[in-house]
Amino acid sequence: MNRSTKILRYVLRRLMQGIPIIIAIIVLNFFLLNMAEGDAVDVLAGEAGSATPEYMAELRAKFGLDQPLPVQLMVYLKNVALLDLGYSFRHDMPVAQLILDRFWPTLLLMTCTILTAVGFGILLGLLAAINLNTWKDTAISIFALITYATPLFWVGLMMIVVFSINLGWFPTSGMENIAAFYEGWDRVWDIAHHLVLPTITLSLFYLALYTRMMRASMLEQYGQDYVVTAKAKGLTERRITFVHVLRNALLPVVTMAGVQVGALIGGSVIVESVFAWPGLGMLAFESLFARDLNLLLGIFMISSVLVVVVNLIVDVIYSFLDPRIEVA
Amino acid sequence: MSDTTSQKLLDIQNLSILLPDGADRRYAVEDISIDLSPGETLCIVGESGSGKSLTARAVMGLLPGPKVRVGDGAINFLGEDTTKVTPERLRDIRGNEISMIFQEPMTALNPVMRIGDQIDEIFRFHVSMPAKERAARALQLLTDVNLPDPAGIMRAYPHELSGGQRQRAMIAMALALEPKILIADEPTTALDVTTQAQILKLIKELQQQHHTGVLFITHDFGVVADIADRVAVMQYGKLVEMGTVHEVLNAPQHPYTKGLIAAIPKLKPRAAREQSKESVLSAHGVRKTFGSTGGFSLFGKKDRVVHAVNDVSIEVHRGETLGIVGESGSGKSTMARCLIRLMDIDDGEIYVGDQEISKLDRKHMRPHRRRLQMVFQDPFASLNPRIRVGQIIAQGPILQGVDKEEANKRAKELISIVGLEESAFDRFPHEFSGGQRQRIGIARALALEPDILIADEPVSALDVSIQAQILELLDKIRKQMNLSMVFITHDLRVAAQVCDRVAVMQYGKVVEIGPTAELFGDPQHDYTKALLAAIPGKDWQTEDVA
Repeated sequence: MNRSTKILRYVLRRLMQGIPIIIAIIVLNFFLLNMAEGDAVDVLAGEAGSATPEYMAELRAKFGLDQPLPVQLMVYLKNVALLDLGYSFRHDMPVAQLILDRFWPTLLLMTCTILTAVGFGILLGLLAAINLNTWKDTAISIFALITYATPLFWVGLMMIVVFSINLGWFPTSGMENIAAFYEGWDRVWDIAHHLVLPTITLSLFYLALYTRMMRASMLEQYGQDYVVTAKAKGLTERRITFVHVLRNALLPVVTMAGVQVGALIGGSVIVESVFAWPGLGMLAFESLFARDLNLLLGIFMISSVLVVVVNLIVDVIYSFLDPRIEVA
Repeated sequence: MSDTTSQKLLDIQNLSILLPDGADRRYAVEDISIDLSPGETLCIVGESGSGKSLTARAVMGLLPGPKVRVGDGAINFLGEDTTKVTPERLRDIRGNEISMIFQEPMTALNPVMRIGDQIDEIFRFHVSMPAKERAARALQLLTDVNLPDPAGIMRAYPHELSGGQRQRAMIAMALALEPKILIADEPTTALDVTTQAQILKLIKELQQQHHTGVLFITHDFGVVADIADRVAVMQYGKLVEMGTVHEVLNAPQHPYTKGLIAAIPKLKPRAAREQSKESVLSAHGVRKTFGSTGGFSLFGKKDRVVHAVNDVSIEVHRGETLGIVGESGSGKSTMARCLIRLMDIDDGEIYVGDQEISKLDRKHMRPHRRRLQMVFQDPFASLNPRIRVGQIIAQGPILQGVDKEEANKRAKELISIVGLEESAFDRFPHEFSGGQRQRIGIARALALEPDILIADEPVSALDVSIQAQILELLDKIRKQMNLSMVFITHDLRVAAQVCDRVAVMQYGKVVEIGPTAELFGDPQHDYTKALLAAIPGKDWQTEDVA
C-alpha cells in the first residue's frame, strides 16, 4: 500500500470518527442553549412591545418551540442529517444561507491570522534563539511578554485609535468599501486593506505564544545529541541551525497551532465585533442576544466541523514533517 | 624512537579541562598526556565522571562551552594544536580528518532526516563532488559496513532501523572520508551483546583496512580486552595508569585499576548450592501480547501483534536465585512485570506459594503484593523525588496496616542493613548517588518482608565497582532473609555470578533453562551458544582464571 492511499484511508477514517463527535457537540450545545432563559419569541415580542400571550403561543407553535425538548432535538438532528440547518426568523433567511455568507470573511480572517501568527512567531522565536542572551533576544522576549499580556479588545481599540483615526492609514471597520463598488483586483486590494488591523489584532496574542514556544523549542533541540554529531561532521553553524535544528524545533509549534484553531474562533468574536467584520463571530454574538437558537446551533456546528477538519489537516501535515509519526 | 614520535597522529600533552565555577571539582580533566599512532587502538577506561568523554570531545573542539573549556595543555594533531586552530580549520578537521561515533545512535542521528542525506552532508561540506557521485559513495559506504539493502537504508529514517543498524550507519558516516582518527565514545554500550560483538569486529576490520587510529572510550574492561592495543585508565579526571592491554589487564599497577578489574564479575558460574524443593513462585504457560488496538477499525488493517511473552513456564524454589537473561526485546522485563502483576497476563497461571494470583482483583491481590517485591533498573526514575527516603521505605508497610512508629523503626533498621547512614531517613533521593539510590530501592522492597524479590536489571545503570557492591548486598540479604530472587539481566557475567539457575529468553520464549554451571559449561541451544560467544573479553577472562 503506497503512501497516498494510506493517507486517503486515514483521512476517510478520521472523517468518519468526526461524525459522532459533531453529533455529540450538537446535542450538548442544544441543551446548553435551551438552559438559558427566554427564547426567540420573548425577544420578538419584547421588541414589538405589544404582543399578547395568545400571539406568543401561536408564534411558539409556528416555530415548533411548544414541543418538548427531546422532540425538538430529534427534529433538529433529522434536519441536520438532511443538511437543513433550519430557518432564522430573526433574519428571515435560511440559516445555511446566512452562515455561508458569513463563513468566508471569518475563514479569510482566520487563515490570515494563523499564517501571520505562526509565520512571524517562528521567525521571531528563531531570531531570539540564534541571538540568545543578546539585546535582540531580550527585545523579542519583552515584545512577546507585552503582547501576550494585553487583552485583545484593548489592542483592537488602540489600533483603531492610532492607525485609523490619528494616522488614517487603515479603515476603521468593515470588510470592504461597499459604496465604492470595486471590481476585480481593486476589490481584492480593498479587502486586504480592511484586513490588516483585524489580522494584526487577532494574531498578536498567538504570535507571542508561538515566539516563546519556538525559542524554547530551538534551545531544547540545540542540546540534543544529533547537534553534537552534526558539529562533529564539520557542518557550519548555519547548516546546523537551519537544516537540523529548525525542522525538529517546528514540530511542537505546529501541534500547538493546530490545537488553537478552536480558540481562535472564540477570539474572532471579539475582534469581529470591534472591527465590525461581517463574519461568523459577529453573527454568533448578535444571534445570542436575539435568542436565535437555530442560527447559533448552526454556527456552533460549523465551528466544530472546522475544528475537526483543521485538526485532521494538521495531523496530515505532521506526518510529513515528522517521519516517525505514521498515519495509520 | 624519535621516528615514532614524528609518526604519532595525536599527542595530547598536559591537557586540563576546566569545569564551571561551583562544580564539585575545578578540573574535569587534569594534566593528561596521551598519544595515538596510526592503526592503533587506544582505550580510555573509567567510570562515570572520570572525564574520559570530555577528553575525547576536547580533541575535536566539541566541549560543551563556554563554561567547560580547555584550561591548559595542547592537543597536537599531526603538528597542529586543535585547541588553538581557527574555527574554520576546526570544522575542516571534523568529519574529514577526525570523526566520531557516539553511544546512543538513535539520538545521535537527526530523527527527521534520511540516512542517505545525513551521510551526504559529510561529502557536501568537505569535498566538491557531483551529487550522483556522492550518492554512489554513500551507497558504497553502507555496503562496506555490511548493512542489508543499502539502497533502502539510504532512504530510511533512523527510527526505521534497529540499534545495531543505526550504529553501522553512524560508522559509515564517520568513515566516509577515511579520517585519520576515529573517536568512539562508548559506541556499543547501548547495544545488545551479540550486536556489540559484531560492531566491535566491524570497527576492527575497517581500522585495519584504512590504518585508522582509534580512540575508544569505554567503561567495559571486557570490550577493552577484545579490541585495545593500549589502555589508559582515568579516575576523577586524572590518568592513573597507562600501558599495553596486556600490562594493564593482567598486571595492573595502580590500586584503582586493580580494584576495577577485581570488581568485574568473573565469568565463572557460581558453585551449585543445596536446593530447596519448595516452590515459592511458579508460572505456567504465561502469555502476554501487545498490539495496537484500532478503536474504530472501519477501514483498519490487521493490527500488529507482538508476542512479548509466549508460553513461558518457570519455577522458583525457596532461597534460590533464578536468572532470566536475554537481549532487548526478548520479553524478560515483560515477564518480570507479569510475575509481579504490574501487567495482566493474557493466558496462563501464576502461583505464589499455592495461591493463584493472575486472576485476583485489586482488593484480593493486595495482601499478596507484599510477598512479591521489585527492584527496578533505573535508581533515578524509580524513587519519587518529593518524598523523603524514610517515607519511601515505610510507606509500603503502613499501607499494609503496620503501625506507623513500628514501620519507621523498621525503615531505619533497613537503611543500616543496606549500608546507608541512618541520617538518610530524613533526606531526599536526589541527595544520593546512583548506587546509594539502588540501596534505597532495595530497602524499600525489603520493608514489606517479601518472599520473592524480583530484580529487573538492578545493576545495569551502575558503575562496575558499585555494581559489585550491590550484587554482594543482594546476595547477603538473600542469604539472611532466605529470600528467593528472580534476577533479570542482559549481562551474562552478572548472571554467572549471582544465579543458581538461568533461563535464556529469545523472542518471548524460554529457549533454554538449567543450573548456571551446566548452562555456561555446555549450552545446548544455538542462541545460548551465540550469547556466550559474544561476551566481550571472554578470552581474557579465561587467561585470568588459568
